[in-house]
Amino acid sequence: MINMFEVNETNKMIEQENLDVRTITLGISLLDCADSDLKEVNRKIYEKITRLAKNLVATGEKIEHKYGIPIVNKRISVTPISLVGSAACKTPEDYVTIAETLDKVAHEVGVNFIGGYSALVSKGMTKSDENLIRSIPMALAKTERVCSSINLGSTKIGLNMDAVKLMGQIVKETAEYTKENDSLGCAKLVVFCNAPDDNPFMAGAFHGVTEADAIINVGVSGPGVVKTALEKVRGESFEVLCETIKKTAFKITRVGQLVAKEASKELGIPFGIIDLSLAPTPAVGDSVADILKEIGLEHPGAPGTTAALALLNDQVKKGGVMASSYVGGLSGAFIPVSEDQGMIDAVVAGALTIEKLEAMTCVCSVGLDMIAIPGDTSAETISGMIADEMAIGMINQKTTAVRVIPVIGKGVGEVVEFGGLLGYAPVMPVNKFSCDAFVNRAGRIPAPIHSFKN
Amino acid sequence: MKKTIITVIGKDTVGIIAKVCTYLAEQNINILDISQTIVQEYFNMMMIVDMNSAAKGFGAVQEDLDKLGEEIGVAIKCQHEDIFQMMHRV
Repeated sequence: MINMFEVNETNKMIEQENLDVRTITLGISLLDCADSDLKEVNRKIYEKITRLAKNLVATGEKIEHKYGIPIVNKRISVTPISLVGSAACKTPEDYVTIAETLDKVAHEVGVNFIGGYSALVSKGMTKSDENLIRSIPMALAKTERVCSSINLGSTKIGLNMDAVKLMGQIVKETAEYTKENDSLGCAKLVVFCNAPDDNPFMAGAFHGVTEADAIINVGVSGPGVVKTALEKVRGESFEVLCETIKKTAFKITRVGQLVAKEASKELGIPFGIIDLSLAPTPAVGDSVADILKEIGLEHPGAPGTTAALALLNDQVKKGGVMASSYVGGLSGAFIPVSEDQGMIDAVVAGALTIEKLEAMTCVCSVGLDMIAIPGDTSAETISGMIADEMAIGMINQKTTAVRVIPVIGKGVGEVVEFGGLLGYAPVMPVNKFSCDAFVNRAGRIPAPIHSFKN
Repeated sequence: MKKTIITVIGKDTVGIIAKVCTYLAEQNINILDISQTIVQEYFNMMMIVDMNSAAKGFGAVQEDLDKLGEEIGVAIKCQHEDIFQMMHRV
């Protein structure tokens, strides 16, 4: 039988160490909402999401009470809209109407984000894909809860550099469109290499075409729990360190598994995956950076950071995989800057640079995330940053992403406030040298060879 | 049979167990196991109960216990046992 020690341990994790289930994300296929009439597409999307998601928030709250565990976000991901809208949308403005429908339905069912305003263009762009991409700045400015993601490449296909170039411009335009709010639109826009079909985390969540009609995916969290567990093994060997992370990750993930199964049963929608990610928030004690410090770094960014992060990421996966029947999504440690107080501190202290963050993304999920850069950074430079990150993902057979925010009107050292879970960030310097000629070459980078791994 | 775990934590005072148990009896909730300690003057109790024949629903009992906890000056949590089973048993 369960004993008092175990009960107290669990409740201490929840009450003092910020253990929570970060998100229950309901993935919904909108492929059957396609139509050549735009009004009809919007109507069908509205009806289908409302029908499937109307009980999502209430169910989440019921589970929270039953187990006494907070479920921070209830969200929806949908089929990439460039597929759903391709027959009806002839212009970027047509796509914006779908974004508005998504935003409306998100408000009505009470979810805080809806992801899937997306296009998958890793090899080439259809006219529809391009229209959707060009609509992003306006769509994100006109909506509050819609998130957009674009897949620009993969290990098997290579990188679509035309799309990389375009996305540099789109990120810049999105920043301009939302400059009144510190370019907040860019916080809802992410580009991927090797985007997973079942990611429950925003801004990159979409419901892949390989998925069933509807599915429940759950993202767990708990950097604070890992950090506290590590405090007890200060100075111990790597063996002890790794075992501690693994065991803690197991416990955290079990809670996610429980919540996912329960949500699936209550909603009558199959369980998809658990995403094992350690996702920080700006709250004190909910920081991945603090874990790195506990492992032995003065600040993230110090020499050793990449190794520490690599071991953390790997142990989280090893512990988590056994705890859940299906693991998917991004599954690793997130290293967003603005959403992690320890990362912010490291930037302010001068310990952490974009270049070091890029190195860190080689060994963890996901990429350059929530990084504020000067508003006068050129579109080509942003494309160059995207290309670098995509190349890391392509060559290393992993998911990588870029979510940078060129904050219009702000320069290095100034602070940007995004609010809520998105946090705040100091604007970080970007390498000043030009990559224009590189980015302006047309075409694709071919898929990499899968032998001679060096 | 699915069980519920009730935890009571707070400053020690006379009658905590009596008050909580009286409420549970009124609601026809059967207590299966109790462990209780005092750590540095802090009262710490865990009960395993069977709520299958309870007079009120889970949510209502939680609300009542919240209120009762406020009256006594302790924090009372009421959680389905599965969260502990999942975390601590493979």
